[in-house]
Amino acid sequence: MGQSTNSDANIRELIAFRVGRQEFCINVMAVREIRGWTAATALPRSPRYVRGVINLRGAVLPIVELAVRLGLPSNEPSARNVIIVVQIAHQQIGLLVDAVSDILTANDANIQPTPDVSSDLVKTFVKGLLPVDGRMISLISLDHVLPQGEMEAA
Amino acid sequence: MDPMAAIRETFFQECEEQLAELEAGLILMESGAAEAETVNAVFRAVHSIKGGAGIFALDALVRFAHVFETALDQVRSGTLATGPGVMNLLLRAADVLADLVRAARDNGAVDETRTAALVVEFTQVSNLGHELPPAPKSQPTVCAPVPAWHISFTPTPALYAKANETALLLRELRRLGPIEATVDTTHLPELSEMDPEGAYLTWNITLEADCAEQAIRNVFEFVEDDCHLEIAAATPAEPSLKPGDIITGDNGFSFEFFPPPVFDEEEPPAVPEPEHHAPPPAPVAKQNPVEAMAAKAESAAAVSATIRVDLDRVDRMIDLVGELVINEAMLSQRVLEAGIARASGVAMALEELEHLTREIQDSVMAIRAQPVRSVFQRMPRLVREVAAQTGKQARLVTEGEGTEVDKTVIERIADPLTHMIRNAIDHGLESPEKRLAAGKPAEGLVRLTALHRSGRIVLEVSDDGAGINRARVKEKAIENGLISPDATLTDDEIDNLIFLPGFSTASTVSDISGRGVGMDVVRQSVAALGGRISISSRPGHGSTFTLSLPLTLAVLDGMVISARGHTLIIPLGAIVETLKPKAADVFPLDGEINVIRLRGGYVPMVDVAASLGYSDEFVEPDQSVALLVEGEGGVRAVLLADAIHGQRQVVIKSLEANYRAVPGIAAATVMGDGRVALILDVDAVVKTTRSELSRPEPSVLEAH
Repeated sequence: MGQSTNSDANIRELIAFRVGRQEFCINVMAVREIRGWTAATALPRSPRYVRGVINLRGAVLPIVELAVRLGLPSNEPSARNVIIVVQIAHQQIGLLVDAVSDILTANDANIQPTPDVSSDLVKTFVKGLLPVDGRMISLISLDHVLPQGEMEAA
Repeated sequence: MDPMAAIRETFFQECEEQLAELEAGLILMESGAAEAETVNAVFRAVHSIKGGAGIFALDALVRFAHVFETALDQVRSGTLATGPGVMNLLLRAADVLADLVRAARDNGAVDETRTAALVVEFTQVSNLGHELPPAPKSQPTVCAPVPAWHISFTPTPALYAKANETALLLRELRRLGPIEATVDTTHLPELSEMDPEGAYLTWNITLEADCAEQAIRNVFEFVEDDCHLEIAAATPAEPSLKPGDIITGDNGFSFEFFPPPVFDEEEPPAVPEPEHHAPPPAPVAKQNPVEAMAAKAESAAAVSATIRVDLDRVDRMIDLVGELVINEAMLSQRVLEAGIARASGVAMALEELEHLTREIQDSVMAIRAQPVRSVFQRMPRLVREVAAQTGKQARLVTEGEGTEVDKTVIERIADPLTHMIRNAIDHGLESPEKRLAAGKPAEGLVRLTALHRSGRIVLEVSDDGAGINRARVKEKAIENGLISPDATLTDDEIDNLIFLPGFSTASTVSDISGRGVGMDVVRQSVAALGGRISISSRPGHGSTFTLSLPLTLAVLDGMVISARGHTLIIPLGAIVETLKPKAADVFPLDGEINVIRLRGGYVPMVDVAASLGYSDEFVEPDQSVALLVEGEGGVRAVLLADAIHGQRQVVIKSLEANYRAVPGIAAATVMGDGRVALILDVDAVVKTTRSELSRPEPSVLEAH
């Protein structure tokens, strides 16, 4: 897990996962643990992408269905789904994804800029594109998974 | 933290303990139940504060403590009688001392004039002619070029009577340099003539230290008046002990001096048994006096072995034990599901585990539990002050100070209790003249009681005053539009009107409890703690406020309900009753809101699932169960749910930690199956209904 510090190449380890037919990756340093899907308790008046909360060893962990958050069609989760528990600032949240697919090592040179498209969702989340063995993996930022502005709104 | 600051903090913590002991002792003295030991304990408390304050050069504190201590000494020796006037003075002095301690701790200011006035009063009652002691010097003493000192130290009985110990003084002296002490027993009388509280011993001490005479005098500073002290410079002395000399400590041991080349020495002639003279003896084997003292101190510490622990650590442990309990429940459920027989080894071991877990949980909760004493001890002072301000005579009697409750609850009951006691004196008790006219003693009685009842702590504040003037309460309520003029209320209902917002029975707004803060505020703060408050009153005989609170804020007693497949917890404290609605009692108020007829009033109904947005359809009232709940300010509503699954104690978990506050939801908890259940915020749910309704409720006890 240890991120080797290489000043010029800026190598980072990324964890890749599938959501629907797309692949995404996030920095492995943000990941706290990966666990299987357990039924969540629905929260009243929450955004559609918040599936509810689960018990993570006593802490109440909100579950974000990443597909819905990224504007993809929602799927009823099954035992095959996994929850990636990530640390964002002082909070922990669970990302509901289809499966973890890969652990990658990449440096800045490997990551290609996101083409300029009009989609707000893409602008908000996709920080770059990573070609791996003919696949395209989107590097996403977690800062806005539970956006601050939306958090304040009821 | 810098070590000095840590010591300082410990000193102030100990001061609080000493102040508590002082107050308790004085109250015992006031009640006439004091024994000689009580007076001693009171004296020691002030003396210890003075001693500690001297170390930290808290001059104002030392000066006042000294005057106080001198007066207490006179009380102890019987030269000052403890009449009501003197007791009152001593109690007020205790209050001032507490203020001084707190001011010293927080670098705050005190009312100098009040302190000075008390000093004058003390001088008047006891004709204190003594000069105040010079503030102790903490700076290192300039050392004179004298290599050794001869010190002759003869304590008088007064020294022992003030709970001083010669061994401690010798130990202090040893800090200046190596000492050699011999005891002179020539003045020791025959056993038959010996006064058990007398003092007959003289210590001859040789101190090898390169220091000023003042440094030595400083060691004896606090006992200066109670001993004969002679200090003389000497040339470096030969050891003044001869073989066979006996060193006798003040706590009843003797030490025989042997010279380094040991040759057979006769057993010393019968040493006068030191047990029979000087201060309280302790059986100690032959050892160096200083060591003996240390050993004694250690054994004293072992008696009340306490540790101070950071609250965070305890909380972390409570959290973890909560997890353990949940995990254990989950494991049990899995074992059951796996079809393992109850009589099998696994199931039996699991049962053992369950017992253990419960016991661990209880013990951990007990760590946070503290006796309510700390809060109760603040009340006598309050009673004195309020009684003085209102010109009434009041005596406080407390019961059940040892009742234990969670620390977080203790911290938060002080305010409601303060208010209730103020109220009891200001509104409850009559003036002395009226009391005498009614055939009661001029001094009113306020009783504060704590006890455990069915897993909750119950606090009662009762007074023997006039009781609630129901006619006036009703009149006032009608005047303020709280009830309709033709409403018929039971006595109980009238009494409870005083909890409504904006209600005050006092015709004149007084300085004490009429600051616009009524009993409704008390009721709200109590409700915020998951508690309830009620009042009962007998005209002419007084009123009793009863406050019932959960023992801890970390867990909550809740009713588990289900609404459209969602499991929810409703805090038990909010539930007035559960009922099965009949279709005939339900009336539509408008397209969405139904009201239910309940004992002559109409209460709005709230579909829990619909109000949380779980469902758009409304449940049929007669297909559901209903819970009559009461929110903040006594606002009532009937909640509709699909089923009630019983009562349960749940551990409260924050939603905000990883998510955010959710409207309508107070917190979350983890159920036995490991799933999260949400705890309903009754106030919020009731309030949304009201704002949607935007019209006054016809409920009898309704407030605007």
